[in-house]
Amino acid sequence: MTEQLQEHFDATISRDQRIEPRDWMPDGYRKTLIRQIAQHAHSEIIGMQPEGEWITKAPSLRRKAILFAKVQDEAGHGLYLYSAAETLGADRADLTDRLIEGRQKYSSIFNYPTMSFADVGVIGWFVDGAAICNQVPLCRSSYGPYARAMVRICKEESFHQRQGYELLMTMMRGTEAQREMVQDAVNRWWWPSLMMFGPPDENSPNSAQSMAWKIKRHSNDELRQRFVDMTVPQAEKLGVTLPDPELSWNAERGHHDFGTPDWSELMRVIKGDGPCNAQRMERRRSAHEEGTWVREAATAHAAKRMEKGAAA
Amino acid sequence: MSDDHVYMTLAEGHEDDTRWAYGTGFEDPLHGVDTTVPEGVDAAELAAVCVALADDALVSAQRLAEWITRAPELEEEVALANIGLDLLGQARLLYSRAGQADGTGRDEDAYAYFRDAGDFRNVRLAELPCGDFAFSIVRLLVLSSWRLAHFERLASHPDPVLAAIATKGVKELAYHRQYAAEWAVRLGDGTDESHRRMRRAQEQVAPYIGELFTAYDVRDEVVADIRQVTAAAGLPMPVYRPLPGSGRDGEHTEHLAPLLTELQGIARAHPEATW
Repeated sequence: MTEQLQEHFDATISRDQRIEPRDWMPDGYRKTLIRQIAQHAHSEIIGMQPEGEWITKAPSLRRKAILFAKVQDEAGHGLYLYSAAETLGADRADLTDRLIEGRQKYSSIFNYPTMSFADVGVIGWFVDGAAICNQVPLCRSSYGPYARAMVRICKEESFHQRQGYELLMTMMRGTEAQREMVQDAVNRWWWPSLMMFGPPDENSPNSAQSMAWKIKRHSNDELRQRFVDMTVPQAEKLGVTLPDPELSWNAERGHHDFGTPDWSELMRVIKGDGPCNAQRMERRRSAHEEGTWVREAATAHAAKRMEKGAAA
Repeated sequence: MSDDHVYMTLAEGHEDDTRWAYGTGFEDPLHGVDTTVPEGVDAAELAAVCVALADDALVSAQRLAEWITRAPELEEEVALANIGLDLLGQARLLYSRAGQADGTGRDEDAYAYFRDAGDFRNVRLAELPCGDFAFSIVRLLVLSSWRLAHFERLASHPDPVLAAIATKGVKELAYHRQYAAEWAVRLGDGTDESHRRMRRAQEQVAPYIGELFTAYDVRDEVVADIRQVTAAAGLPMPVYRPLPGSGRDGEHTEHLAPLLTELQGIARAHPEATW
């Protein structure tokens, strides 16, 4: 029986068709997806923090509205993704516990601090840009609910990225101090952004199985190369320097050569020793704990209403 | 890799700013609207009305923004941001209208970033710190009910621009009031703790309600709203002992100045910059 189900599953994957929530799937596939989708959802929610700090400080009302709406979108992305994970049998409350107890990860990029308003623009350009590179292929991921959530998320991320780049263009046309802020933010965010694609392929244990299952479509190094190739001309147009002396066009390969990110730093940040890991976790934990009485009240009220409804 | 990829076109043709949402030179949210102040409308008075309502909205939006990443549930992050964005949008339109009416031609940012606390005309209830979720809900209920009742009247204001801003705002405020009312009922009825917190929030808000009715004569509508919600929530009607003074006269609590320091800091540090 299981053999037949497995055959059917394999055939669906090889025909590039979608697996849907009620379809049979191997346990490993289910677990991998829950882990990946939850990690992605956590990243959206933790990712609200570095930029969310600047909503109250945004230097114009237009920028305040743009940033407010962007951070709101991220909460929305978190919601769709937790819902997608729930179609696999996961439970949002349980996933939230796993996050705040440190049993599940989120993207390590959000463990870096935001030092000036230019960081809002650079996060939009690099971090949303890298996220789009990672996520556009996921719109064709083999699991239906995940792939469909990614379509909407990618559209919104693209919008955020344009807004980020537009902020930087405006700042580069402004004062000398603004141009310095932009360059400084570029210097700080470039290498962490390259690390967003994950460790090099030869050192990425989960990748091969995910590629075979078509959960993942391109390797970490392929996506990283693609991000560099796209970003270089954008940096030139903007008038900023990417902080990598080894960055140069390689006509033979038809790609840019670039330096090696400090992988030991990535490992350190993933393990919890980044500049803001403790602060990000503490904010999420305290928001959740301080909201406990609110959620309990809502549950109690709903139960009382059910009871009254049943009695009537 | 042949995915249709928007990122690749990011830097193309950026001389043509119109492809950005709203363009990059977006300064006047009332662009294209006939902004002549009609005969019979006192322009200075119109400007004062707009500034006061804009200040209420901006200060409220600023407090709502403080909830972001701190809300009790993700749905509340989305809802509170939505309400904050609506109010921010109202503030921007109202400041722009004020700048036209008072003859200074000031833009929205001149009002928001380059006035001091004593020049702000928001009611004091809006500037009080967020407190717990119960306080924020009780405040939102009172302020949205009050603002909604006043906007319903402003919808027939002789100034067509203010009337249009009010008409748009009525739909938004009706949602804000509904959101706050639903939570007030949940929290009033929910558990002993949530009930206790709601009672305390009512006591904290009560002293600031009198000022609202001095500003606008909408007591009947607001009292009717609060009566309906408190009855459903099993809460008492708040007894209010009005505090002397009024934010409408520039008299504020000690909480407004730090709020403005945070709001205005970067803009004032870079007065020559464009954002």
